[in-house]
Amino acid sequence: MRRFLDRFLAYRAGMTAGLYVLFLIAVAIAAALWPGIDPHEISDRAMVAPSMAHLLGTDELGRDVLLGLIYGVRVSLTVGFSAALAATVIGVLIGAAAGFYGGWLDLVVMRISEVFQVVPGFIMAAVIIALSGPGLSRVVMVIALLAWPQIARLMRGEVMRVKQLEFVDAVRCLGVREWVILGTEVIPNSLAPVLAGATLIVAQAILLEASLSFLGLSSADIISWGRMLNSGQRFLFNAPWLSIFPGFAIFITVLAFNLLGDAVGSALNPKTQR
Amino acid sequence: MEPLLALQNVSKTFRRSGGSVVHAVRGVDLEVGYGETLALVGESGSGKSTLGRIALGLLKPDQGRVMLAGKCLNELPPDELRLARTAMQPIFQDATASLNPRRSARELMAQALRGRPQAIEQRAIALLDSVGLRPGAEYLPRYPHELSGGQRQRLAIARALAVEPKLVIADEPLSGADVSIRGQILNLLIGIKEERGVAYLMITHDISIARAFADRVAVMMQGEIVETGPAKEVLSAPRHSYTKQLVAAVPMLDAPVNAGALEAGD
Repeated sequence: MRRFLDRFLAYRAGMTAGLYVLFLIAVAIAAALWPGIDPHEISDRAMVAPSMAHLLGTDELGRDVLLGLIYGVRVSLTVGFSAALAATVIGVLIGAAAGFYGGWLDLVVMRISEVFQVVPGFIMAAVIIALSGPGLSRVVMVIALLAWPQIARLMRGEVMRVKQLEFVDAVRCLGVREWVILGTEVIPNSLAPVLAGATLIVAQAILLEASLSFLGLSSADIISWGRMLNSGQRFLFNAPWLSIFPGFAIFITVLAFNLLGDAVGSALNPKTQR
Repeated sequence: MEPLLALQNVSKTFRRSGGSVVHAVRGVDLEVGYGETLALVGESGSGKSTLGRIALGLLKPDQGRVMLAGKCLNELPPDELRLARTAMQPIFQDATASLNPRRSARELMAQALRGRPQAIEQRAIALLDSVGLRPGAEYLPRYPHELSGGQRQRLAIARALAVEPKLVIADEPLSGADVSIRGQILNLLIGIKEERGVAYLMITHDISIARAFADRVAVMMQGEIVETGPAKEVLSAPRHSYTKQLVAAVPMLDAPVNAGALEAGD
Protein backbone atom coordinates (compact mmCIF):
# COMPACT_ATOMS: atom_id res chain seq x y z
CA MET A 1 0.00 0.00 0.00
CA ARG A 2 2.81 2.40 0.88
CA ARG A 3 4.66 1.48 -2.30
CA PHE A 4 1.50 1.96 -4.32
CA LEU A 5 0.98 5.44 -2.86
CA ASP A 6 4.59 6.44 -3.49
CA ARG A 7 4.44 5.29 -7.07
CA PHE A 8 1.04 6.83 -7.64
CA LEU A 9 2.23 10.21 -6.41
CA ALA A 10 5.06 10.04 -8.94
CA TYR A 11 2.49 10.47 -11.71
CA ARG A 12 1.85 14.20 -11.66
CA ALA A 13 -1.00 14.12 -14.19
CA GLY A 14 -2.67 11.30 -12.30
CA MET A 15 -2.28 13.07 -8.99
CA THR A 16 -3.73 16.30 -10.36
CA ALA A 17 -6.61 14.33 -11.81
CA GLY A 18 -7.09 12.60 -8.44
CA LEU A 19 -7.23 15.93 -6.63
CA TYR A 20 -9.76 17.21 -9.16
CA VAL A 21 -11.94 14.13 -8.64
CA LEU A 22 -11.79 14.64 -4.86
CA PHE A 23 -12.81 18.25 -5.45
CA LEU A 24 -15.78 17.12 -7.58
CA ILE A 25 -16.88 14.70 -4.87
CA ALA A 26 -16.67 17.50 -2.29
CA VAL A 27 -18.75 19.78 -4.56
CA ALA A 28 -21.38 17.09 -5.06
CA ILE A 29 -21.66 16.48 -1.31
CA ALA A 30 -21.76 20.20 -0.55
CA ALA A 31 -24.53 20.70 -3.12
CA ALA A 32 -26.52 17.89 -1.56
CA LEU A 33 -26.11 19.23 1.99
CA TRP A 34 -26.51 22.95 1.33
CA PRO A 35 -30.04 23.94 2.34
CA GLY A 36 -32.42 26.31 0.63
CA ILE A 37 -30.86 26.56 -2.80
CA ASP A 38 -32.92 25.50 -5.79
CA PRO A 39 -30.99 25.19 -9.04
CA HIS A 40 -34.32 25.05 -10.89
CA GLU A 41 -35.22 28.51 -9.61
CA ILE A 42 -36.30 30.79 -12.40
CA SER A 43 -35.48 34.48 -12.32
CA ASP A 44 -36.16 37.45 -14.58
CA ARG A 45 -32.48 37.88 -15.33
CA ALA A 46 -32.44 35.57 -18.35
CA MET A 47 -29.48 35.14 -20.70
CA VAL A 48 -27.17 37.27 -18.61
CA ALA A 49 -23.54 36.99 -19.70
CA PRO A 50 -20.99 35.90 -17.09
CA SER A 51 -20.62 38.64 -14.49
CA MET A 52 -19.90 39.02 -10.79
CA ALA A 53 -23.52 38.26 -9.91
CA HIS A 54 -23.61 35.18 -12.13
CA LEU A 55 -20.05 33.95 -12.62
CA LEU A 56 -20.94 31.71 -15.56
CA GLY A 57 -24.04 33.58 -16.69
CA THR A 58 -27.68 32.47 -16.76
CA ASP A 59 -29.80 30.55 -19.22
CA GLU A 60 -32.99 31.41 -21.09
CA LEU A 61 -35.11 30.95 -17.94
CA GLY A 62 -32.72 32.94 -15.78
CA ARG A 63 -31.23 29.89 -14.05
CA ASP A 64 -27.66 30.22 -12.86
CA VAL A 65 -25.25 28.15 -15.00
CA LEU A 66 -22.68 27.69 -12.23
CA LEU A 67 -25.37 26.38 -9.90
CA GLY A 68 -26.52 24.03 -12.65
CA LEU A 69 -23.01 22.73 -13.13
CA ILE A 70 -22.62 22.20 -9.38
CA TYR A 71 -25.85 20.22 -9.19
CA GLY A 72 -24.96 18.39 -12.39
CA VAL A 73 -21.80 17.01 -10.75
CA ARG A 74 -23.99 14.79 -8.66
CA VAL A 75 -25.65 13.21 -11.68
CA SER A 76 -22.39 12.68 -13.52
CA LEU A 77 -20.62 11.17 -10.51
CA THR A 78 -23.58 9.03 -9.46
CA VAL A 79 -24.00 7.64 -12.94
CA GLY A 80 -20.24 7.20 -13.39
CA PHE A 81 -19.58 5.50 -10.07
CA SER A 82 -22.66 3.29 -9.97
CA ALA A 83 -22.19 2.16 -13.56
CA ALA A 84 -18.51 1.40 -12.92
CA LEU A 85 -19.38 -0.43 -9.69
CA ALA A 86 -22.08 -2.53 -11.35
CA ALA A 87 -19.87 -3.32 -14.35
CA THR A 88 -16.99 -4.21 -12.03
CA VAL A 89 -19.00 -6.55 -9.83
CA ILE A 90 -20.47 -8.36 -12.84
CA GLY A 91 -17.17 -8.40 -14.71
CA VAL A 92 -15.13 -9.59 -11.73
CA LEU A 93 -17.44 -12.51 -10.95
CA ILE A 94 -17.87 -13.65 -14.54
CA GLY A 95 -14.25 -13.07 -15.53
CA ALA A 96 -12.94 -14.81 -12.42
CA ALA A 97 -15.11 -17.87 -12.98
CA ALA A 98 -14.10 -18.04 -16.64
CA GLY A 99 -10.40 -17.69 -15.92
CA PHE A 100 -10.41 -20.09 -12.98
CA TYR A 101 -12.54 -22.93 -14.29
CA GLY A 102 -11.66 -22.54 -17.99
CA GLY A 103 -13.15 -25.03 -20.43
CA TRP A 104 -16.53 -24.43 -22.01
CA LEU A 105 -17.46 -21.75 -19.44
CA ASP A 106 -14.46 -19.69 -20.52
CA LEU A 107 -15.29 -20.23 -24.17
CA VAL A 108 -18.91 -19.10 -23.78
CA VAL A 109 -18.06 -16.06 -21.64
CA MET A 110 -15.35 -14.88 -24.01
CA ARG A 111 -17.59 -15.22 -27.07
CA ILE A 112 -20.37 -13.27 -25.34
CA SER A 113 -17.95 -10.53 -24.31
CA GLU A 114 -16.70 -10.30 -27.89
CA VAL A 115 -20.26 -9.76 -29.09
CA PHE A 116 -20.56 -6.81 -26.72
CA GLN A 117 -17.25 -5.40 -27.87
CA VAL A 118 -18.21 -5.56 -31.53
CA VAL A 119 -21.59 -3.87 -31.06
CA PRO A 120 -21.26 -0.05 -31.25
CA GLY A 121 -21.94 0.83 -27.60
CA PHE A 122 -23.35 4.30 -28.00
CA ILE A 123 -25.86 3.36 -30.66
CA MET A 124 -27.00 0.37 -28.64
CA ALA A 125 -27.37 2.51 -25.53
CA ALA A 126 -29.33 5.14 -27.44
CA VAL A 127 -31.66 2.51 -28.87
CA ILE A 128 -32.28 0.86 -25.50
CA ILE A 129 -32.94 4.16 -23.74
CA ALA A 130 -35.14 5.41 -26.58
CA LEU A 131 -37.22 2.24 -26.38
CA SER A 132 -37.41 1.90 -22.62
CA GLY A 133 -37.66 5.58 -21.75
CA PRO A 134 -35.23 7.83 -19.90
CA GLY A 135 -34.15 7.46 -16.28
CA LEU A 136 -30.84 7.49 -14.50
CA SER A 137 -31.07 3.91 -13.25
CA ARG A 138 -31.70 2.71 -16.80
CA VAL A 139 -28.69 4.63 -18.03
CA VAL A 140 -26.59 3.01 -15.29
CA MET A 141 -27.85 -0.46 -16.23
CA VAL A 142 -27.20 0.06 -19.92
CA ILE A 143 -23.67 1.29 -19.29
CA ALA A 144 -22.97 -1.62 -16.93
CA LEU A 145 -24.30 -4.02 -19.54
CA LEU A 146 -21.99 -2.55 -22.17
CA ALA A 147 -18.92 -2.21 -19.97
CA TRP A 148 -18.71 -5.45 -17.96
CA PRO A 149 -16.90 -7.39 -20.72
CA GLN A 150 -13.89 -5.07 -20.41
CA ILE A 151 -13.61 -5.88 -16.71
CA ALA A 152 -14.30 -9.56 -17.29
CA ARG A 153 -11.44 -9.81 -19.78
CA LEU A 154 -9.02 -8.03 -17.45
CA MET A 155 -10.09 -10.24 -14.56
CA ARG A 156 -9.89 -13.42 -16.58
CA GLY A 157 -6.33 -12.72 -17.66
CA GLU A 158 -5.18 -11.89 -14.15
CA VAL A 159 -6.94 -14.90 -12.60
CA MET A 160 -5.26 -17.17 -15.15
CA ARG A 161 -1.91 -15.77 -14.03
CA VAL A 162 -2.62 -15.91 -10.29
CA LYS A 163 -4.23 -19.36 -10.25
CA GLN A 164 -1.01 -21.05 -11.26
CA LEU A 165 1.05 -19.39 -8.52
CA GLU A 166 2.43 -21.77 -5.93
CA PHE A 167 0.52 -20.45 -2.96
CA VAL A 168 -2.71 -21.49 -4.65
CA ASP A 169 -1.40 -25.04 -5.02
CA ALA A 170 -0.18 -24.96 -1.43
CA VAL A 171 -3.67 -24.08 -0.19
CA ARG A 172 -5.20 -26.68 -2.50
CA CYS A 173 -3.03 -29.30 -0.81
CA LEU A 174 -4.47 -28.24 2.56
CA GLY A 175 -7.82 -29.61 1.37
CA VAL A 176 -9.57 -26.29 0.76
CA ARG A 177 -12.51 -26.37 -1.67
CA GLU A 178 -11.97 -24.99 -5.16
CA TRP A 179 -14.58 -22.23 -4.97
CA VAL A 180 -13.19 -21.13 -1.61
CA ILE A 181 -9.72 -20.98 -3.17
CA LEU A 182 -11.14 -18.82 -5.96
CA GLY A 183 -12.89 -16.48 -3.54
CA THR A 184 -10.26 -16.13 -0.82
CA GLU A 185 -6.92 -16.67 -2.58
CA VAL A 186 -7.25 -15.92 -6.27
CA ILE A 187 -9.73 -13.04 -6.55
CA PRO A 188 -8.19 -10.82 -3.83
CA ASN A 189 -4.82 -11.14 -5.55
CA SER A 190 -6.24 -10.40 -9.00
CA LEU A 191 -8.07 -7.11 -8.41
CA ALA A 192 -5.27 -4.63 -9.14
CA PRO A 193 -5.69 -4.30 -12.93
CA VAL A 194 -9.45 -4.23 -12.53
CA LEU A 195 -9.18 -1.13 -10.37
CA ALA A 196 -7.61 0.79 -13.24
CA GLY A 197 -10.19 -0.56 -15.67
CA ALA A 198 -13.05 0.48 -13.39
CA THR A 199 -11.72 4.05 -13.25
CA LEU A 200 -11.73 4.21 -17.02
CA ILE A 201 -15.33 2.99 -17.05
CA VAL A 202 -16.31 5.93 -14.85
CA ALA A 203 -15.08 8.21 -17.63
CA GLN A 204 -16.93 6.26 -20.31
CA ALA A 205 -20.11 6.31 -18.25
CA ILE A 206 -19.99 10.05 -17.65
CA LEU A 207 -19.46 10.67 -21.34
CA LEU A 208 -22.22 8.28 -22.35
CA GLU A 209 -24.69 9.82 -19.92
CA ALA A 210 -23.83 13.29 -21.21
CA SER A 211 -24.19 12.12 -24.82
CA LEU A 212 -27.60 10.56 -24.16
CA SER A 213 -28.79 13.68 -22.34
CA PHE A 214 -27.47 15.83 -25.16
CA LEU A 215 -29.63 13.86 -27.56
CA GLY A 216 -32.57 14.51 -25.26
CA LEU A 217 -32.67 10.96 -23.91
CA SER A 218 -32.97 12.02 -20.30
CA SER A 219 -35.76 13.37 -18.17
CA ALA A 220 -36.08 17.14 -18.22
CA ASP A 221 -36.40 17.54 -14.46
CA ILE A 222 -32.91 16.23 -13.80
CA ILE A 223 -30.10 18.71 -14.15
CA SER A 224 -27.19 17.13 -15.93
CA TRP A 225 -24.33 18.53 -17.94
CA GLY A 226 -25.47 16.84 -21.11
CA ARG A 227 -28.95 18.26 -20.62
CA MET A 228 -27.53 21.78 -20.20
CA LEU A 229 -25.54 21.33 -23.42
CA ASN A 230 -28.68 20.20 -25.17
CA SER A 231 -30.71 23.24 -24.18
CA GLY A 232 -27.79 25.60 -24.68
CA GLN A 233 -27.04 24.66 -28.25
CA ARG A 234 -30.02 26.61 -29.53
CA PHE A 235 -28.37 29.78 -28.25
CA LEU A 236 -24.86 28.91 -29.34
CA PHE A 237 -24.31 32.31 -30.99
CA ASN A 238 -26.31 34.56 -28.61
CA ALA A 239 -25.25 32.94 -25.37
CA PRO A 240 -22.19 30.73 -25.97
CA TRP A 241 -21.58 30.39 -22.20
CA LEU A 242 -24.58 28.06 -22.01
CA SER A 243 -22.72 25.51 -24.12
CA ILE A 244 -19.09 26.22 -23.40
CA PHE A 245 -19.11 25.75 -19.63
CA PRO A 246 -21.04 22.44 -19.45
CA GLY A 247 -19.00 21.15 -22.39
CA PHE A 248 -15.80 22.11 -20.66
CA ALA A 249 -16.95 20.47 -17.42
CA ILE A 250 -17.64 17.21 -19.27
CA PHE A 251 -14.33 17.41 -21.12
CA ILE A 252 -12.22 18.05 -18.01
CA THR A 253 -14.00 15.43 -15.92
CA VAL A 254 -13.74 12.68 -18.52
CA LEU A 255 -10.10 13.56 -19.07
CA ALA A 256 -9.45 13.48 -15.33
CA PHE A 257 -10.91 9.98 -14.89
CA ASN A 258 -8.92 8.73 -17.88
CA LEU A 259 -5.68 10.15 -16.50
CA LEU A 260 -6.51 8.78 -13.07
CA GLY A 261 -7.19 5.33 -14.51
CA ASP A 262 -3.90 5.36 -16.40
CA ALA A 263 -1.98 6.43 -13.30
CA VAL A 264 -3.63 3.78 -11.13
CA GLY A 265 -2.85 1.16 -13.75
CA SER A 266 0.79 2.21 -14.04
CA ALA A 267 1.28 2.49 -10.29
CA LEU A 268 -0.12 -1.00 -9.76
CA ASN A 269 1.93 -2.52 -12.54
CA PRO A 270 5.28 -3.69 -11.14
CA LYS A 271 6.78 -3.69 -14.62
CA THR A 272 6.59 0.07 -15.15
CA GLN A 273 9.54 1.52 -13.31
CA ARG A 274 10.10 5.23 -13.01
CA MET B 1 3.16 -53.98 3.31
CA GLU B 2 1.89 -51.65 0.65
CA PRO B 3 3.93 -48.49 0.05
CA LEU B 4 2.70 -45.07 1.23
CA LEU B 5 2.88 -43.60 -2.25
CA ALA B 6 3.08 -45.58 -5.44
CA LEU B 7 3.21 -44.14 -8.93
CA GLN B 8 2.34 -46.79 -11.48
CA ASN B 9 3.28 -46.38 -15.12
CA VAL B 10 2.69 -42.62 -15.00
CA SER B 11 3.07 -40.55 -18.15
CA LYS B 12 2.52 -36.88 -18.90
CA THR B 13 2.91 -35.08 -22.19
CA PHE B 14 2.80 -31.33 -22.67
CA ARG B 15 1.94 -29.64 -25.89
CA ARG B 16 3.93 -26.47 -26.48
CA SER B 17 2.26 -23.51 -28.13
CA GLY B 18 4.44 -24.06 -31.21
CA GLY B 19 2.88 -27.48 -31.66
CA SER B 20 5.88 -29.49 -30.50
CA VAL B 21 5.30 -32.16 -27.89
CA VAL B 22 7.28 -32.64 -24.69
CA HIS B 23 7.18 -36.03 -22.99
CA ALA B 24 7.85 -34.73 -19.48
CA VAL B 25 7.22 -38.06 -17.76
CA ARG B 26 7.17 -41.44 -19.52
CA GLY B 27 5.99 -44.61 -17.91
CA VAL B 28 7.41 -43.98 -14.46
CA ASP B 29 7.03 -46.43 -11.58
CA LEU B 30 8.06 -45.10 -8.21
CA GLU B 31 7.35 -46.03 -4.60
CA VAL B 32 7.88 -44.26 -1.31
CA GLY B 33 7.48 -46.32 1.87
CA TYR B 34 6.21 -45.12 5.24
CA GLY B 35 8.86 -43.00 6.93
CA GLU B 36 11.20 -43.38 4.02
CA THR B 37 13.15 -40.62 2.35
CA LEU B 38 13.42 -40.93 -1.38
CA ALA B 39 15.56 -38.46 -3.28
CA LEU B 40 14.48 -37.93 -6.86
CA VAL B 41 17.52 -36.50 -8.61
CA GLY B 42 18.05 -35.32 -12.14
CA GLU B 43 18.98 -32.16 -13.96
CA SER B 44 16.48 -29.44 -14.72
CA GLY B 45 14.04 -30.45 -17.41
CA SER B 46 14.25 -34.13 -16.54
CA GLY B 47 10.60 -34.18 -15.49
CA LYS B 48 11.10 -34.57 -11.76
CA SER B 49 9.04 -31.52 -10.80
CA THR B 50 6.24 -32.65 -13.09
CA LEU B 51 6.33 -36.03 -11.39
CA GLY B 52 6.10 -34.30 -8.00
CA ARG B 53 3.06 -32.33 -9.09
CA ILE B 54 1.42 -35.49 -10.37
CA ALA B 55 2.07 -37.21 -7.05
CA LEU B 56 0.46 -34.30 -5.22
CA GLY B 57 -2.60 -34.56 -7.44
CA LEU B 58 -2.03 -31.03 -8.75
CA LEU B 59 -1.54 -32.36 -12.26
CA LYS B 60 -3.50 -35.12 -13.91
CA PRO B 61 -1.32 -37.75 -15.57
CA ASP B 62 -2.24 -38.72 -19.12
CA GLN B 63 -1.74 -42.31 -18.17
CA GLY B 64 -1.01 -44.37 -15.07
CA ARG B 65 -2.16 -44.31 -11.47
CA VAL B 66 -1.21 -42.51 -8.29
CA MET B 67 -1.81 -44.73 -5.25
CA LEU B 68 -1.76 -43.16 -1.80
CA ALA B 69 -1.96 -45.65 1.08
CA GLY B 70 -3.67 -48.11 -1.23
CA LYS B 71 -6.22 -45.65 -2.62
CA CYS B 72 -6.08 -44.61 -6.24
CA LEU B 73 -6.19 -40.83 -6.25
CA ASN B 74 -7.17 -40.46 -9.89
CA GLU B 75 -10.30 -42.49 -9.33
CA LEU B 76 -11.52 -40.65 -6.21
CA PRO B 77 -14.41 -38.20 -6.51
CA PRO B 78 -13.27 -34.56 -6.06
CA ASP B 79 -14.39 -34.23 -2.45
CA GLU B 80 -12.60 -37.38 -1.33
CA LEU B 81 -9.50 -36.43 -3.29
CA ARG B 82 -9.53 -33.07 -1.53
CA LEU B 83 -9.37 -34.74 1.87
CA ALA B 84 -7.17 -37.69 0.94
CA ARG B 85 -4.43 -35.53 -0.50
CA THR B 86 -3.90 -33.70 2.79
CA ALA B 87 -1.79 -36.72 3.77
CA MET B 88 0.76 -35.26 1.36
CA GLN B 89 2.10 -31.75 1.71
CA PRO B 90 4.33 -29.82 -0.65
CA ILE B 91 7.31 -27.66 0.18
CA PHE B 92 8.25 -25.52 -2.76
CA GLN B 93 11.51 -24.03 -3.87
CA ASP B 94 10.38 -20.44 -3.56
CA ALA B 95 8.80 -19.88 -0.16
CA THR B 96 7.85 -16.35 -1.17
CA ALA B 97 5.65 -17.67 -3.96
CA SER B 98 4.16 -20.40 -1.80
CA LEU B 99 2.70 -17.99 0.79
CA ASN B 100 -0.24 -15.74 -0.04
CA PRO B 101 1.29 -12.25 0.37
CA ARG B 102 -1.95 -10.90 1.81
CA ARG B 103 -2.08 -13.28 4.74
CA SER B 104 -0.31 -13.03 8.07
CA ALA B 105 1.39 -16.04 9.60
CA ARG B 106 -1.65 -16.42 11.85
CA GLU B 107 -4.04 -16.61 8.90
CA LEU B 108 -1.73 -18.88 6.93
CA MET B 109 -1.55 -21.32 9.83
CA ALA B 110 -5.29 -21.08 10.51
CA GLN B 111 -6.00 -22.21 6.96
CA ALA B 112 -4.21 -25.46 7.70
CA LEU B 113 -5.55 -26.00 11.22
CA ARG B 114 -9.08 -26.97 12.12
CA GLY B 115 -10.83 -26.46 15.43
CA ARG B 116 -11.69 -23.74 17.90
CA PRO B 117 -9.87 -20.39 17.49
CA GLN B 118 -8.11 -20.71 20.82
CA ALA B 119 -6.87 -24.22 20.06
CA ILE B 120 -5.72 -23.10 16.63
CA GLU B 121 -3.70 -20.28 18.14
CA GLN B 122 -2.01 -22.66 20.58
CA ARG B 123 -1.16 -25.20 17.89
CA ALA B 124 0.08 -22.51 15.52
CA ILE B 125 2.46 -21.21 18.16
CA ALA B 126 3.70 -24.71 18.96
CA LEU B 127 4.30 -25.42 15.27
CA LEU B 128 6.13 -22.15 14.69
CA ASP B 129 8.29 -22.92 17.71
CA SER B 130 9.03 -26.36 16.36
CA VAL B 131 10.35 -25.04 13.05
CA GLY B 132 12.60 -22.55 14.80
CA LEU B 133 10.44 -19.42 14.60
CA ARG B 134 10.77 -18.73 18.32
CA PRO B 135 8.87 -17.42 20.12
CA GLY B 136 6.03 -18.45 17.84
CA ALA B 137 3.57 -15.94 19.27
CA GLU B 138 5.74 -13.09 18.02
CA TYR B 139 5.62 -14.35 14.45
CA LEU B 140 1.83 -14.79 14.30
CA PRO B 141 0.96 -11.22 13.24
CA ARG B 142 3.75 -10.98 10.66
CA TYR B 143 3.24 -10.99 6.93
CA PRO B 144 5.50 -12.92 4.55
CA HIS B 145 7.24 -9.76 3.31
CA GLU B 146 8.22 -8.98 6.89
CA LEU B 147 10.16 -12.25 7.16
CA SER B 148 13.55 -13.23 5.78
CA GLY B 149 13.80 -15.87 3.07
CA GLY B 150 14.79 -18.55 5.53
CA GLN B 151 11.98 -17.59 7.93
CA ARG B 152 9.48 -17.76 5.09
CA GLN B 153 10.60 -21.28 4.23
CA ARG B 154 10.26 -22.23 7.91
CA LEU B 155 6.74 -20.79 7.94
CA ALA B 156 5.88 -22.78 4.81
CA ILE B 157 7.22 -25.91 6.50
CA ALA B 158 5.20 -25.22 9.67
CA ARG B 159 2.05 -24.86 7.61
CA ALA B 160 2.75 -28.12 5.80
CA LEU B 161 3.22 -29.89 9.13
CA ALA B 162 -0.01 -28.43 10.52
CA VAL B 163 -2.13 -30.98 8.68
CA GLU B 164 0.10 -33.81 9.97
CA PRO B 165 1.09 -35.24 6.63
CA LYS B 166 2.52 -38.71 6.22
CA LEU B 167 4.50 -37.62 3.19
CA VAL B 168 6.22 -34.33 2.43
CA ILE B 169 6.98 -33.69 -1.21
CA ALA B 170 9.75 -31.14 -1.27
CA ASP B 171 10.68 -29.64 -4.64
CA GLU B 172 14.17 -28.13 -4.39
CA PRO B 173 13.37 -26.83 -0.89
CA LEU B 174 16.85 -25.40 -0.41
CA SER B 175 17.48 -23.79 -3.78
CA GLY B 176 15.49 -20.68 -2.97
CA ALA B 177 17.32 -20.14 0.30
CA ASP B 178 20.57 -18.33 0.92
CA VAL B 179 23.61 -20.59 1.01
CA SER B 180 24.18 -19.67 4.64
CA ILE B 181 20.79 -20.95 5.75
CA ARG B 182 20.54 -24.02 3.54
CA GLY B 183 22.26 -26.09 6.19
CA GLN B 184 19.78 -24.90 8.83
CA ILE B 185 16.78 -25.76 6.69
CA LEU B 186 18.27 -29.14 5.81
CA ASN B 187 18.84 -29.86 9.51
CA LEU B 188 15.25 -28.81 10.22
CA LEU B 189 13.94 -31.24 7.59
CA ILE B 190 16.11 -34.04 9.02
CA GLY B 191 14.89 -33.23 12.53
CA ILE B 192 11.26 -33.38 11.39
CA LYS B 193 11.86 -36.76 9.81
CA GLU B 194 13.35 -38.13 13.02
CA GLU B 195 10.73 -36.62 15.31
CA ARG B 196 7.57 -37.20 13.31
CA GLY B 197 8.52 -40.13 11.12
CA VAL B 198 7.22 -38.45 7.99
CA ALA B 199 8.31 -39.77 4.62
CA TYR B 200 9.96 -37.46 2.13
CA LEU B 201 9.97 -37.32 -1.60
CA MET B 202 12.88 -34.95 -2.03
CA ILE B 203 13.11 -33.56 -5.54
CA THR B 204 16.56 -32.11 -6.13
CA HIS B 205 19.28 -31.65 -8.69
CA ASP B 206 21.82 -31.57 -5.88
CA ILE B 207 23.48 -34.93 -5.28
CA SER B 208 24.99 -33.72 -2.01
CA ILE B 209 21.53 -33.18 -0.53
CA ALA B 210 20.51 -36.65 -1.60
CA ARG B 211 23.64 -37.99 0.03
CA ALA B 212 23.02 -36.14 3.30
CA PHE B 213 19.43 -37.09 3.60
CA ALA B 214 18.06 -39.92 1.52
CA ASP B 215 17.47 -43.60 2.24
CA ARG B 216 16.90 -44.31 -1.41
CA VAL B 217 17.68 -42.48 -4.62
CA ALA B 218 15.87 -42.49 -7.93
CA VAL B 219 17.62 -40.91 -10.88
CA MET B 220 15.48 -39.33 -13.56
CA MET B 221 16.53 -38.45 -17.09
CA GLN B 222 14.35 -37.17 -19.91
CA GLY B 223 11.17 -38.28 -18.22
CA GLU B 224 12.29 -41.74 -17.22
CA ILE B 225 13.72 -43.28 -14.07
CA VAL B 226 17.05 -44.65 -15.18
CA GLU B 227 18.38 -45.91 -11.88
CA THR B 228 17.01 -46.51 -8.43
CA GLY B 229 18.33 -48.07 -5.27
CA PRO B 230 19.67 -47.44 -1.76
CA ALA B 231 21.33 -44.02 -1.57
CA LYS B 232 24.72 -45.38 -0.56
CA GLU B 233 24.88 -47.81 -3.45
CA VAL B 234 23.58 -45.52 -6.15
CA LEU B 235 25.74 -42.59 -5.15
CA SER B 236 28.91 -44.52 -4.45
CA ALA B 237 28.66 -47.01 -7.27
CA PRO B 238 26.38 -45.57 -9.95
CA ARG B 239 25.61 -47.98 -12.76
CA HIS B 240 23.94 -45.76 -15.29
CA SER B 241 26.22 -43.40 -17.21
CA TYR B 242 23.91 -40.45 -16.51
CA THR B 243 24.12 -41.07 -12.76
CA LYS B 244 27.88 -41.22 -13.04
CA GLN B 245 27.90 -37.83 -14.70
CA LEU B 246 25.65 -36.37 -12.02
CA VAL B 247 27.78 -37.77 -9.22
CA ALA B 248 31.02 -36.71 -10.91
CA ALA B 249 29.73 -33.16 -11.33
CA VAL B 250 29.60 -32.62 -7.55
CA PRO B 251 32.75 -31.34 -5.89
CA MET B 252 33.61 -33.71 -3.06
CA LEU B 253 35.04 -33.17 0.36
CA ASP B 254 35.11 -36.77 1.47
CA ALA B 255 37.48 -37.58 -1.35
CA PRO B 256 38.84 -41.04 -0.54
CA VAL B 257 35.57 -42.93 -0.51
CA ASN B 258 34.12 -41.29 -3.56
CA ALA B 259 37.27 -41.18 -5.59
CA GLY B 260 37.43 -44.94 -5.20
CA ALA B 261 33.79 -45.22 -6.12
CA LEU B 262 34.32 -43.18 -9.24
CA GLU B 263 37.21 -45.33 -10.36
CA ALA B 264 35.15 -48.40 -9.77
CA GLY B 265 32.38 -46.80 -11.79
CA ASP B 266 34.63 -45.91 -14.69
